[in-house]
Amino acid sequence: MAKNIIIIGGGPAGMEASARLDALGYTVFLVEKEKALGGHLARWDRLFPEGKPAGPVLDSLVGNLGNTKVLLESDVLSLNRLGDSFRISLSSGVSVIADAVLLTTGFDLFEASKKEEYGYGIYDHVVTNADVEEFFRTGGDPRIDNPQRIGLVHCVGSRDEKAGCRNCSKVCCATAVKQACELKAKFPAATVYCFYMDLRMFGRGYEDLYLKAQKEYGIRFIRGRVSEVSERIDKTLQIKAEDTLSSTPLRVTLDLLVLMAGMRPSREGTKVAKMIHLATGDDGFLSSLDGFGGMQATSIPGLFVAGAATGPKTLPDTIAEARAAASLIHEYLQKS
Amino acid sequence: MIYEGKQKIWSDYQKEIPDDHYYYVRSCIRQTFFPASEGALLKITRGILGRDVFENEHHTTCGGIAYHTDTIPHETVMTIVARQFALMHKHGYENYVCSCITSFGIYIETLETWRNFPELEAKIAENLKKTCNLEFAKPKFVVHTSDLIYKLREEIASKAKYKLVNVKTGQPLKVVEHIGCHYSKMFPSKGVGGAEYPYVLAGMVEAWGGEIVDYPERRHCCGFGFRQYLIKANRGYSLSNTHKKFESMEPYEPDFIITNCPGCAYFMDRWQYVIAESQGKTYGENGRGIPVLTYEEVAGLVLGFNPWDLGLQTHQVYVEPLLDKLGIPYEPAKKFLGAKGQDLGCPALPTCLKV
Amino acid sequence: MIDFGFYLTPSSTIDLDKVDRKAVDDLARADSGIRTCIACGSCTASCTAGVFADTSVRQAILSVLNGRNEKARELLSSCMLCGKCMMVCPRGINTRHLILSIQKYFDGQ
Repeated sequence: MAKNIIIIGGGPAGMEASARLDALGYTVFLVEKEKALGGHLARWDRLFPEGKPAGPVLDSLVGNLGNTKVLLESDVLSLNRLGDSFRISLSSGVSVIADAVLLTTGFDLFEASKKEEYGYGIYDHVVTNADVEEFFRTGGDPRIDNPQRIGLVHCVGSRDEKAGCRNCSKVCCATAVKQACELKAKFPAATVYCFYMDLRMFGRGYEDLYLKAQKEYGIRFIRGRVSEVSERIDKTLQIKAEDTLSSTPLRVTLDLLVLMAGMRPSREGTKVAKMIHLATGDDGFLSSLDGFGGMQATSIPGLFVAGAATGPKTLPDTIAEARAAASLIHEYLQKS
Repeated sequence: MIYEGKQKIWSDYQKEIPDDHYYYVRSCIRQTFFPASEGALLKITRGILGRDVFENEHHTTCGGIAYHTDTIPHETVMTIVARQFALMHKHGYENYVCSCITSFGIYIETLETWRNFPELEAKIAENLKKTCNLEFAKPKFVVHTSDLIYKLREEIASKAKYKLVNVKTGQPLKVVEHIGCHYSKMFPSKGVGGAEYPYVLAGMVEAWGGEIVDYPERRHCCGFGFRQYLIKANRGYSLSNTHKKFESMEPYEPDFIITNCPGCAYFMDRWQYVIAESQGKTYGENGRGIPVLTYEEVAGLVLGFNPWDLGLQTHQVYVEPLLDKLGIPYEPAKKFLGAKGQDLGCPALPTCLKV
Repeated sequence: MIDFGFYLTPSSTIDLDKVDRKAVDDLARADSGIRTCIACGSCTASCTAGVFADTSVRQAILSVLNGRNEKARELLSSCMLCGKCMMVCPRGINTRHLILSIQKYFDGQ
């Protein structure tokens, strides 16, 4: 009889791992709390560094699921161990007994309204990175109204101990530079500013993206964190920052401000980890066995992790981890 | 500006303000700057709304001005604070209300310091015993008098004779609310509505029929800044900060400014004169400036107090145009009469700032 | 007017609203180095003139971007066009060409 595997979280990591384990002949239950699979990827328009459309990437992940049993709109009510196996109860009334569990609970975007000084949800023309993707995907957002002066703020809810988020979210720099170029392409007459603390363009092709943003799109990069945003009487935004390269305070008027909301531990992941007594780190993300060879394993035999559940990851990182987890789960189930 | 967004922040910063039984301490400078404000507070809370607000003559300064000008050490300030709290305790109170924002900041800062450094608290308790032979105690609640008026704003509204509405147009008056820096910037959770969108004065203005103006530099300091003003060589900075605020609020054409800090009320009022006379620049309608009022003065006007009994004649910017908008009657001839009806004489009039 | 003995203090803030965008765009067309600088400071560190006079290609570029054109010219006025900065620039900016472009542009104004 085929062994059962439960995968919690139907984003890219969950889908990729499901596809791999399904192909190996296991019975895979993919649990997703939303109405559709895809996680954040389903809400994204284009992907850095080349600006590849997110849709086909998502379609391919969904298309490879094979016989995976997808359980949508399913909240995890309980998850516990029964000897060597696991038992999960879902809000849909379904209960499953499985031989291994993979947590691919991903991340939540930082709630940008928590940075009160940026006025998200208060000023008419302040949006987030996710809103910009939504704008490009659906073509409409009254807040993005033919802006001629655009600013992007890196590290919103990242590297900010006061907001309870010390970690770098890894993907926002590249996302900001990508979105800066996209906005410039959409509004060719606009002046576009990126407010950064450090530019972390670490991946293949990222530095090329940065150079292109400077040279071809004329994006102005300002090294300094936006400290204060105010709305003027005409609904434009007054921005204050320091240009740390010249050690001088700086101000500028903008028509649109984009906040690069960072990655926070997902509420769902935290909830499930508590049920199964899996530790979380000081940063709130799930703890894997170690940060090197044991990245996909946990302290609990048969329980595995992949993707941004254990900390900010790029999409390629996430997919690689899902594959690694599938391979590790296969190895584990062969032995048991 | 999305009002619901602000409401969400306001709901995040709720502060418990007791309804009654307060030990009350005054501000050092308010009694000379805006002499009837504290009297109005007591008239409203005790007389009209029947609250128990106890005051006794033994309380002193909180030491705040000396502290912020680096003339006395923190430990001395904390011992003064401990003495004030001990007096409250001695008279059987546990709710402490102070009339000054600097003091409010000092009290909150001191309590937070004690919470984080219990050994320092023990030392101050010992200082208090040695110097004053008083029993160390901490209040259950520390509130600012603007918190108290905020708490009572609906009761005041229910007894109001006037609304913050322009009687000629029927439109709500446009009000700039200015919060003293030390009210909630240091400890946002200790202020009603937090530090980014404080609700303490906005709540009063809304309850009494006015409309709040959110201008870009609303968070900016009034410019007082203790040393910036007290040392003449620095005074230009003080003036420049006030100037920045007024330049920022000017396009909104506010009818008046309400503030909860003694220094802010004074500087935003008086610096308008200095800016006018040294730069030739005036704000407000017809070069007459923008009146700056304390929240008690506004509450008093709403409740129908005689403007001259509220001390509005001590303001640099003349309040008559505001009174006309509110439809509040006043007798010009009695503006500069003393308490016994004697003529005190009209002060010299400015040149650029119109009256 | 009354002299009170204290005055409004001029603001040192960079106001990007007042930047001459045309100058930036014109200069970027003349030499893209004005945009591709990553502010690493190699040019300033190796500058022959910089140890004697306030000279910095990095700061000159930044000054133009911040609308402080006069300062940009001052920062380049002691340049000897030796080309050391060109040797060390990781972005491969032709700094001599950029310096001459900036000077020429503002001389022409």
